[in-house]
Amino acid sequence: MSRARRALGRIRWYVRELTGESGYERYVAHVRQHTPDAPVPSRREFERWRAAEREGDPRSGFRCC
Amino acid sequence: MRPAGQPRTAASPRKIAVWTAVALVGAAGWTLLALSRGEEVSAAWMVAAALGSYAIGYRFYARFIATRVLRVDRTRATPAERLGDGVDFHPTDRRVLLGHHFAAIAGAGPLVGPVLAAQMGYLPGTIWIIVGVVFAGAVQDMVVLFFSTRRDGRSLGQMAREEIGVLGGAAALLAAFAIMIILLGVLALIIVNALAQSPWGTFSIGMTIPIALLMGFYLRVLRPGRVTEVSLIGVALLVLSLVAGRWVADSSWADTFTLQPKTLVVWLVAYGFIASVLPVWTLLAPRDYLSTFMKIGTIGLLAVGVLVTLPNLKMDAVTHFAGRGDGPVFAGSLFPFVFITIACGALSGFHALISSGTTPKMVQKETQIRMIGYGSMLMESFVAVMALVAASIIDPGLYFAMNAPAGVIGDTVQSASQAVAHFGYSISPDQLAAAAKAVEEQTLLSRTGGAPTLAVGVADIFSQVFGGAGMKAFWYHFAIMFEALFILTALDAGTRVGRFMLQDMLGNVYKPLRRVSWKPGLVLCSAAVVALWGYFLWVGVHEPLGGINQLFPVFGIANQLLAAVALTVCTTLLVKSGRVKWAWITGVPLAWDATVTLTASWQKVFSGDPKVGFFTQRSVYQDAIDAGKVLPPAKTMDDMHTVVTNSTVDGVLSAVLALLIVVVIADAARVCVRHLRNPSATRLSEAPYVESAIVAPAGLVASKEEKAELAAAERSGP
Repeated sequence: MSRARRALGRIRWYVRELTGESGYERYVAHVRQHTPDAPVPSRREFERWRAAEREGDPRSGFRCC
Repeated sequence: MRPAGQPRTAASPRKIAVWTAVALVGAAGWTLLALSRGEEVSAAWMVAAALGSYAIGYRFYARFIATRVLRVDRTRATPAERLGDGVDFHPTDRRVLLGHHFAAIAGAGPLVGPVLAAQMGYLPGTIWIIVGVVFAGAVQDMVVLFFSTRRDGRSLGQMAREEIGVLGGAAALLAAFAIMIILLGVLALIIVNALAQSPWGTFSIGMTIPIALLMGFYLRVLRPGRVTEVSLIGVALLVLSLVAGRWVADSSWADTFTLQPKTLVVWLVAYGFIASVLPVWTLLAPRDYLSTFMKIGTIGLLAVGVLVTLPNLKMDAVTHFAGRGDGPVFAGSLFPFVFITIACGALSGFHALISSGTTPKMVQKETQIRMIGYGSMLMESFVAVMALVAASIIDPGLYFAMNAPAGVIGDTVQSASQAVAHFGYSISPDQLAAAAKAVEEQTLLSRTGGAPTLAVGVADIFSQVFGGAGMKAFWYHFAIMFEALFILTALDAGTRVGRFMLQDMLGNVYKPLRRVSWKPGLVLCSAAVVALWGYFLWVGVHEPLGGINQLFPVFGIANQLLAAVALTVCTTLLVKSGRVKWAWITGVPLAWDATVTLTASWQKVFSGDPKVGFFTQRSVYQDAIDAGKVLPPAKTMDDMHTVVTNSTVDGVLSAVLALLIVVVIADAARVCVRHLRNPSATRLSEAPYVESAIVAPAGLVASKEEKAELAAAERSGP
């Protein structure tokens, strides 16, 4: 049982990392690590900011044919 | 020369035995593929040859390049570690990055090229895909990734400008732009050929737009950032629209979704323009998630399908078109045209754009560059092998009926059957009609571009494993949908990248154009890019000689030209960084690639055979116009004028592309000679050494020493 749960946890971790879903938590952890009481954006603000970045330079996230 | 701390250990007898066995499996595969004549060969041997060669290449050649040539340094911090900002630069787990990089490099390319190259038989394609990837393609991806990582993730264009010079850099930039335009035109043409007269396909592909808009709204407004759940919802809706496509095709709506190629061109151009000026979150980002899920899922299924069914290859090992050069799919003989038709999967310049840019900013350890750069390219190559299998298991008669232009085989099953007999293969009119009926399409004749052929092969394999013959039509449309998804995403993303390049170039003349937030500039540049690829799409659809037949070689030349740019940058960097002894690692692939590409463009420009040489073709048709005659396959005088215009454009383009490659190589050669004469004057723009604090394994599975190292790092605490 616990082995199955661990395996599911690993899969969930992998999918979240691969899709970039864990990007927000990573960013918050990064900010907290360097300046513990700096303000962090909300998830909504963060995702909007990421989309705007991609708007500005379409080469990031470009995929091959 | 070995990096410190990696003592050479004597190989254990067990290891020697394992690698001998791997080599034997690969050799057995090659032997059977090469020697069997006249009887059908199992695809198992192709898989064995591929996997055996990949394993040997990865274990020995890639390791040699990483440790001896590049001298990857496990004590050196990567840009991800040094510049970590929690967003673009962050040390990413190697297994995640492998998936990430693979998803970014794999697309429609490795699926289409091998299908078209199958007209020469399966053997030439197989040899090029496997040998090419081991010695050229995977090497290029890994070396570019290494040098870009050492330069904080600089792009290929920036490296060309910094390391070669302004002239070479500008030629490289112009080449990249031209390639993008031709690529988008050809990809769009593939979609048009797959969706024309197909209400099922057109409806289900059309539905991907509202599905993507819905996903975009969900991610933007309802639950920001919840990518996995929204992707699952999207995939479910996608399958639903695929099932619904069959109902639509059987209903009174069928006529609405049965579109002529000319109508589809208008729709695609309009789509390309609107999608590329809409905000990223509305269509592009959600569609990207959708196509990534579909891509990884379908490639996985295909691997399972091929390995479970191990079908027999019905295509000849080498067809007579290989020597004669008069094949209906594309003209020209085996050398050089197989090597430009199969690009992605063997050697792809486009990968250099991914290996420099996104991926190097995420590499955790330099030692992982082999696994990520070389490893993902081997996976991509295997995708190409599977596409070749899919194209080679269908009846050769059907293959040629599907891939020859309408001008050659006519538009009835009777005329197609006769034309195929003329090629030296046989298929009856009834069989042709039955093949179309099995996948619930009105016709399969002249469905050029590779996607429909691949879909027939994939449907064959999938229906044997999942669902039986009754599911064949579903799997056919599933495969079409899977390719169309990539291509529509590529049209949108590619138009944006093209616009960015154009804004950057024109910004030198008129400053405000460079500002991406200046809407009029953005709309104008988008319109210009769409108009350019739209032109090639229009030409391709109206071409009496067959759009794919005429344009695919130009596309192949353009694509391999980008590889030449990437390999030139790599070779120059090897020379300038004091590795001149090892410059052949990328120098030999460069020489091969340049020979192939330049020979192909030479033939396309100067060949006296009107099927191959664009200018001879032009003068044959011009002379006929002057004499007031209409030459088949043209039907009217208008067709004749179309042929003359198109061959002129294609011929000029082939010549310009060849010229650009010569400029880049010559400029790089000048830089290399200057360096060798006076090495002390050379300045490398490599980022300075900083010691790494991260401990992480190099390969997919941690070795015993790496595990001990990880445990020790754990004990000493963060």
